[in-house]
Amino acid sequence: MSASLLAAQELVGGRFPILTALILVPAIGALAVVLVSKRRPEFVKLLALLSSIFTGAISVWMLASFKTGEAGFQFTSKHEWINAWGISWHLGVDGISLFLVVLTAVLFPLAILAADPHHDEKPYLAWLLLLEAGVLGSFLSLDLFLFFVFFEIVLVPMYFLIGGWGYDKRVYAATKFFLYTMFGSAFMLVGIIATVYIAKAHVGHITFDLIELADKGGFAASTSRWLFFAFAVAFAVKVPLFPLHTWLPDAHTQSPTAGSVVLAGVMLKLGTYGFLRFGIYLFPQAARHSRAVFLTLAVIGILYGAIAAAMQKDLKRVVAYSSVAHLGFIVLGTFAFTSQSVSGGVLQMINHGVSTGALFILVGWIYERRHTREIKALKGLQKVAPVFAAAFTIVMLSSIGVPGLNGFVGEFLILIGSFLTARWWTVVAASGVILAALYLLWAYQRVFHGEPDEDNATFPELRWKEGAVLLPFIAAIVFVGVYPKPLLDRIEPSVKALITHGGYTDRGSVIVNAEEQP
Amino acid sequence: VIGADFVGPSIDWFALTPLLVLLGGGLTLLVAAALTPAWPKRAYAWVTVAVALGAMVMTFINWDNLSDSKPRFLIGNELSWDAFSMFGTITILVAVALASMITDDYLRREGMEGPEVYGLYLMSAIGGIVMVMSNDLVVLFLGLETLSISLYVLAASHRKRIESQESGLKYFVLGGFSSAFFLYGVALIYGGTGSTNFNGIIATFDKVPVHRNDAIVLVGIALLLVGLSFKVSAAPFHVWTPDVYQGAPTPVTAFMASASKVAAFAAMLRVLVVALPQWKDDWQPVIWTIAVITLLVGSIAAVVQTNVKRMLAYSSVSHAGYILIGVEAAGHAGGSTGQGMPSAMLYLLLYSVLVCGTFAVVTLVSRTGDAATDLGSFRGLAKQKPLLALALTVFLLAQAGVPLTSGFTAKFGVIQAAVDEHSYALAVIAMVTAVISAYLYLRIMISVWMSDSETGDAEREAIRVPFSTGVAIALCAGFTLLVGFYPSWLIDASDKVIQVAHPVIGG
Repeated sequence: MSASLLAAQELVGGRFPILTALILVPAIGALAVVLVSKRRPEFVKLLALLSSIFTGAISVWMLASFKTGEAGFQFTSKHEWINAWGISWHLGVDGISLFLVVLTAVLFPLAILAADPHHDEKPYLAWLLLLEAGVLGSFLSLDLFLFFVFFEIVLVPMYFLIGGWGYDKRVYAATKFFLYTMFGSAFMLVGIIATVYIAKAHVGHITFDLIELADKGGFAASTSRWLFFAFAVAFAVKVPLFPLHTWLPDAHTQSPTAGSVVLAGVMLKLGTYGFLRFGIYLFPQAARHSRAVFLTLAVIGILYGAIAAAMQKDLKRVVAYSSVAHLGFIVLGTFAFTSQSVSGGVLQMINHGVSTGALFILVGWIYERRHTREIKALKGLQKVAPVFAAAFTIVMLSSIGVPGLNGFVGEFLILIGSFLTARWWTVVAASGVILAALYLLWAYQRVFHGEPDEDNATFPELRWKEGAVLLPFIAAIVFVGVYPKPLLDRIEPSVKALITHGGYTDRGSVIVNAEEQP
Repeated sequence: VIGADFVGPSIDWFALTPLLVLLGGGLTLLVAAALTPAWPKRAYAWVTVAVALGAMVMTFINWDNLSDSKPRFLIGNELSWDAFSMFGTITILVAVALASMITDDYLRREGMEGPEVYGLYLMSAIGGIVMVMSNDLVVLFLGLETLSISLYVLAASHRKRIESQESGLKYFVLGGFSSAFFLYGVALIYGGTGSTNFNGIIATFDKVPVHRNDAIVLVGIALLLVGLSFKVSAAPFHVWTPDVYQGAPTPVTAFMASASKVAAFAAMLRVLVVALPQWKDDWQPVIWTIAVITLLVGSIAAVVQTNVKRMLAYSSVSHAGYILIGVEAAGHAGGSTGQGMPSAMLYLLLYSVLVCGTFAVVTLVSRTGDAATDLGSFRGLAKQKPLLALALTVFLLAQAGVPLTSGFTAKFGVIQAAVDEHSYALAVIAMVTAVISAYLYLRIMISVWMSDSETGDAEREAIRVPFSTGVAIALCAGFTLLVGFYPSWLIDASDKVIQVAHPVIGG
């Protein structure tokens, strides 16, 4: 609607509105999918795939034209939207959001390819594409109102995806997911409006523009603590941080495969990303003030998630709880406030998206083959499907954080960076690395080792198509594990700028770059 | 001869054209229809729509004139001619047009085709508009009664349904009771200030800074609040709402939830913010408390309901709570500046359209007899009528306040107004109760989308989407999304409502 007008305006201006296109292409794709005639069902999937692949291509193009080493926002586009309230369509991407955007855009076509819905393909794909537009919009927004709009709107497609195409307890899980997240957003909306109106005195006018508010907001210390709290509740639910995490195992387990992939792969990162982009950027002193709380919750999450994962009977729930633990590491890195730990956190967001996304796809395939995810019912799959088992092993090792694979780089950076400013929390968190090995290896051992019994003896091997879907994941896992420099080079300048903006003393000097630069 | 030297006030007839069009149209419709054989299909409804649109056009012309001349009073200071009245008038007219479209097919389905219902819509709209424009407590009461008496009859208008009779009677008895409260309040305020005219009330305070009869005025305000809170169905005066909403014919419920609410809230804003700003320190905490109770009752009580009409009745209670937030914020600013009045009026317009759309879908699902309104009746709607289910989903998501729908714009407006006036607690309570009410809308959506039909459903009457109702639903859904994506024009228009004809005091 108005957005397409904006895109047209930008085109006239001579610059391709690359970020607006990233949001619009899947949105238009969703519309196109809905409008496909009932007599041509074969076009539905084709259209969905095309628009999501096209989005992925745009994101790769954006990645290629991204200027490495610059901290600020790039490809920005800003247009007035609701003038009376000082709201604008303001998009931009920097090192912190860059790879999350690429990850989102690439993950969606793979998720569409990885699993077919068993009924009603058309609405399923339309919801998925809308979800993609919403998630991309959240990562790209530089306007508080716009961010909230996207942050909230993603609930609707996700709700329908879980509720419509999930497993037995899908309605319960979908409702729980919706209400939990909305509860968090309730505080954030009041927080956003309060931020804008309190900042009015310093900024001079009403604006929801993130950069303007962060630069000129001038919040008093006590005010900013309350405002930070309002934002933090929403993000803590989304991450999810320890006491607010209970929606996650249900939503992940009941969701269809593509839903779980997207949920774990990118939607949880809306929380950790939100902390960086909004919480810490707007209220650095308040974030510092409440740092101990978040570090503690993160460490509890790491240990609790790991222990809970080890105790699960359902393979998908193991992966779901492992997310709680992994996200704990990211929060630990974020609130340690060193450029290393925060960069590690950003990198780990990508890593977790890749490895957990792949794990959910693999578990989805196991369910498709066996119609159960009970660990007890599975046995000796390695004997009958060695390639499948090998793929599972690589992805699992990446999730555990074995050196040479991507998870290690992220976790190592987080731990080494956090050790400088949050020593004892880091010491406890490090044990989570061992626990991760424990629950994943144990689950692997029970599912894949041993002699397959009657039910599992006919477990089909990995198909070519499935291999093709997995290949990008494994390539990313190995590439980032061996050579993370291209990613870190783009992430670090923005992270450093954030830390400087926050007025933190960066005790974690940039070891990664210092070693490599003469 | 008594009254020989009486000189009537000069009357600006053109400023009254919206009312005159409605009155003329309504009376003509009733008289002409009584004298002629049955009109062709849809004629009654679309004539009513045309009358409402005609009145709307006149309102727009008046709105345009407003930019040339200042707001002023009509008929000897009894009515006010300002952006606030016109915005309210347009909202009521929108509700009349939408309700008539929904009623059209409904009456034929129920075998009750006739002009009476439409005539009553137009008459009660006149009452509502008089309330919106009133500048005198007595005139306000006249409007209130015109509106209410038409509504009592409308609620009972389904002659074959005992529930409809019950609803009409309940509404009548309780409504009469609340009118009595209101009237007693008027009397006490007259006793305390010596005037029922708003200008007189304001002037009294200016003349006598130490208000001697304060207690009388305060009791009067309290009684006025009881009467108005009843009409807007604010807790704890909401108890009639679920019963009346459930029993009344569904299109009439739509009309009640929109037009009547608009009129009552506009009257409340007039009385409190315009006429009684000097007492705002007294009434504002009361509004705050009522708002919180209304939000909590509306959202929590809705959750346990199983009848969709009752759910929507409670949801309309919780929406009243939201609008009260706007009233509360307007109290802080004394109506002169601030977002309170505009946000409340904008909320009313957006909610009116939403609620008409929602009840339009309910009308269709309720099937012949208007009884199938339990949650189970909505099962499998998505399979049977996907577009209808989609429209209902848009309305429900908008009522829940999901972004990119008009419902979000409305909520954002009042929350913003509250935060601007530092009513943080109220804003947070409102948002948290929004989560509770979201569960209610999700329950309906679960029925529509995620529950399969059960045995016995196949024998149910199929749901039809007739023309007029279909148009109404399409218009409502289109408006809901349009305002969600692009609300600027409406926000700008609603910002003008703070230009009231009165010398606004306070701030």
